[in-house]
Amino acid sequence: MRIRASCAGRALRLYFDGELDHHAAKRAMGEIEGYIDSRLPRDCVIDLGGLTFMDSSGIAVILKAYRRMHDIGGRLGVERVTGQPRRVIDAAGIERLISIA
Amino acid sequence: MKEKNVFKAEFPSRSANEGFARAAVGAFVSQLDPTMDELGDIKTAVSEAVTNCIVHAYPDTYGSIRLKVRLSDDGEVEITVKDRGVGIEDVEKAMTPMFTTGGDDRSGMGFTIIESFMDSLRVKSVPGRGTAVTMKRRIASRR
Ligand SMILES: Nc1ncnc2c1ncn2[C@@H]1O[C@H](COP(=O)(O)OP(=O)(O)O)[C@@H](O)[C@H]1O
Ligand SMILES: [Mg+2]
Repeated sequence: MRIRASCAGRALRLYFDGELDHHAAKRAMGEIEGYIDSRLPRDCVIDLGGLTFMDSSGIAVILKAYRRMHDIGGRLGVERVTGQPRRVIDAAGIERLISIA
Repeated sequence: MKEKNVFKAEFPSRSANEGFARAAVGAFVSQLDPTMDELGDIKTAVSEAVTNCIVHAYPDTYGSIRLKVRLSDDGEVEITVKDRGVGIEDVEKAMTPMFTTGGDDRSGMGFTIIESFMDSLRVKSVPGRGTAVTMKRRIASRR
């Protein structure tokens, strides 16, 4: 699992690549918090286009990013959600809380 | 269930084995010619059950995880994941959506995802002795 970031103004985009399970989640959470705390974006988008696998540990990562953005008065969205990660996100029902595209 | 094939594995509760376990089960189940979605659902369920052993059953130690996959003649996959860890005091409560003892590193959605991806889920646990999770999923015939 790898995370890349791109920043334009107050918009932060985080690209997830590979497999996001509990093994990968701990480092991922640290990296995401690092990006959010240093850039203080108004909008953060998690781009799952390169993610080939995710389980409920990934849901916890997304929820943590959501809370972090909420704490600094910003918004979080999740985009390019397809395949297996889409099925997990649907089953977890986080669409009520977070905008999923 | 008439057994067609069986696969057993035992490995320590190291998080690097989460990916190994779901990949091994995926490769074994592939002989039933599942769809991508069926395979993804089964691998997700295995990842959830194995992660629970690593995170919850053996919180401060490494212990053993036993995995068994049975394939039946008529396309049913039965997966059992067993640990000898701390066990679960109240299984029904543990299976409630969003219930977790893992704080905000966990979502509490593991059992919920297994239930929605598999045809059945059975959890047997004895506090102080360990937990056995059995999950079944029928692969629709593609012939
Ligand atoms: N193998 C296990 N051994 C001990 N406790 C477990 C085990 N599996 C699940 N649990 C308990 O059930 C709860 C719910 O599990 P789950 O739905 O997977 O959510 P999460 O793993 O995010 O906490 C866990 O927080 C834990 O208390
Ligand atoms: Mg879990």
